[in-house]
Amino acid sequence: MNNQKTVRQMIQDNKASKRNLGNITEKVMPKFLLLCAIVSVLTTFGIVFTLIFETFNFFTQVSIVEFFTSPDWYPMHSNPSFGIRPLIMGTLTIAVIAILVALPLGLAAAIFLSEYASDRTRRIIKPILEVLAGVPTIVYGFFALTFVTPLLQNIIPGLSIYNALSPGIVVGIMIIPMIASLSEDAMSAVPNSIREGALAMGATKLEVALKVVFPAALSGIIASIVLAISRAIGETMIVTVAGGANPTSAIDITSAIQTMTAYIVQISLGDAGYGTTEYYSIYAVGMTLFVFTLLMNLVAYYISRRFREVY
Amino acid sequence: MQLININQVKNRISKRLVSNMVFKWIFVLGTSLALLALAVLLVRITMQGAGSLDWNFMTSYASRRAEDAGIKSAFVGTIWLMAVTAPIAFVLGVGTAIYLEEYSKKGRFTSFIQMNIANLAGVPSIVFGLLGLTIFVRELGMGRSVLAGGLTMSLLILPIIVVASQEAIRSVPTQLREASFAMGSTKWQTIVRIVIPSALPGILTGNILALSRAVGETAPLIMIGALTYIAFLPENVFSQFTVMPIQIFNWTGRPQDAFQAVAAAGIIVLMIMLIFMNSLAVFIRNKFTKRY
Repeated sequence: MNNQKTVRQMIQDNKASKRNLGNITEKVMPKFLLLCAIVSVLTTFGIVFTLIFETFNFFTQVSIVEFFTSPDWYPMHSNPSFGIRPLIMGTLTIAVIAILVALPLGLAAAIFLSEYASDRTRRIIKPILEVLAGVPTIVYGFFALTFVTPLLQNIIPGLSIYNALSPGIVVGIMIIPMIASLSEDAMSAVPNSIREGALAMGATKLEVALKVVFPAALSGIIASIVLAISRAIGETMIVTVAGGANPTSAIDITSAIQTMTAYIVQISLGDAGYGTTEYYSIYAVGMTLFVFTLLMNLVAYYISRRFREVY
Repeated sequence: MQLININQVKNRISKRLVSNMVFKWIFVLGTSLALLALAVLLVRITMQGAGSLDWNFMTSYASRRAEDAGIKSAFVGTIWLMAVTAPIAFVLGVGTAIYLEEYSKKGRFTSFIQMNIANLAGVPSIVFGLLGLTIFVRELGMGRSVLAGGLTMSLLILPIIVVASQEAIRSVPTQLREASFAMGSTKWQTIVRIVIPSALPGILTGNILALSRAVGETAPLIMIGALTYIAFLPENVFSQFTVMPIQIFNWTGRPQDAFQAVAAAGIIVLMIMLIFMNSLAVFIRNKFTKRY
């Protein structure tokens, strides 16, 4: 009988052990969660250090001066030349065409949805527009190559199969929802009292939109445009599929080009062995791309914080 | 003497009204053009691919001949990749969100993590591919495996999951937490039994949307070296694999016209999968989200 515990003791033991376990969970879980949060920081460090380290390896084989000043990018030539300029020019060409397409359409959609459309229309159209952002980029690439390019060839006879114009337009279509959606958010955030004030003074809806709401939401609108450009610069599959593989500094939107992203894909599809100059070159290009997009994202972040009108 | 020239005023007002109307239609036109682009894209691809899409296409491996080519290995590869990506991204993303919303104190460290996540969301996917190639494939010796691809994808979609989960957790009212504390529960008990269940619909929606992004990603997996031509299914997480977007990319690059139809058929399968995932997310959000 001595060994046997009373019910009361059993309950207390049970409670104590549970409390113990509970205490441990209570202490351990925050640490575990903190570790999870640190993974995202480690990812950033991983990206930055990987790029810096391998880019450094690249610059032991190719001079940094050549990288920035040489006008040619012939990595697979018998006498190779590694000048980043053609790849940057290709990337910027795509970004400019894309923004020329996306800016008018995106802003028109944003103004329509925010100022003219009824609540019901907006609730239907905005999600449909956002579907454009959810379509996989490889699908856009296929669309550019098999539909937009042949279509453009009917209009512009000299257009080659791989060119800058077609992927540029399609990247533009892809980033329309970014501009439309984020700008619409910024314009909807402008308080109605301001609109009503302007309307009461006899302004038309157009004047309210362009002279009152648009300036008030300008920081958000510019931030959305900068983010969209950054997205266009980092876009990979559309330009790989439809843009070609011809790094050139000449700005000719009817002929093949190569962007930074397309070059990285080209090398990793080929069989450039580990440790070759071509292998390291993708990191130098990746680093350039990373710096470009990071700067643009920081600018967008800064603009939306610094110049925001607070009501 | 008349101070106001009535005619001039009338003239100006009618001009302003006309330009108001004209611009309204310009804005409508812009919106319609964007919607039209989406419609053309969907209709065109359906027309191109519908002819090649049949049961054989789903059950055949990739082939050199367009009429025999199928998407089986890529479809199964995508499922495998999701099976690896989903749990890792879920634990890391939701864990980070709980930490930031429930435990962290406002300060430099927290805002540093927050800013870091915002920046990660803007890093091009191909740069994540470079990270995966260097760290997972080479340094950690995982090779061109499902595991390496899944880990890379988890990191890629991590920011989306964190932001969505944070919003979901933030929308749980403080009163619920306080009531739970008042009943004597500890912080962790409150999180597990009160906060997470209330925030779960939002968290799940965010996770599914993030996964659908991973399903459509091509570039990082090309970097990892997911193969384009395999006639076997992955057996475990260390197997080589291919996924649907890469298979589509491969077909798109072939010169024969017949392969374009096959690529379009592949795109239809991919899009159906994405539409299914997105509808599921919307369904969960509308059905289970509580408003407080």
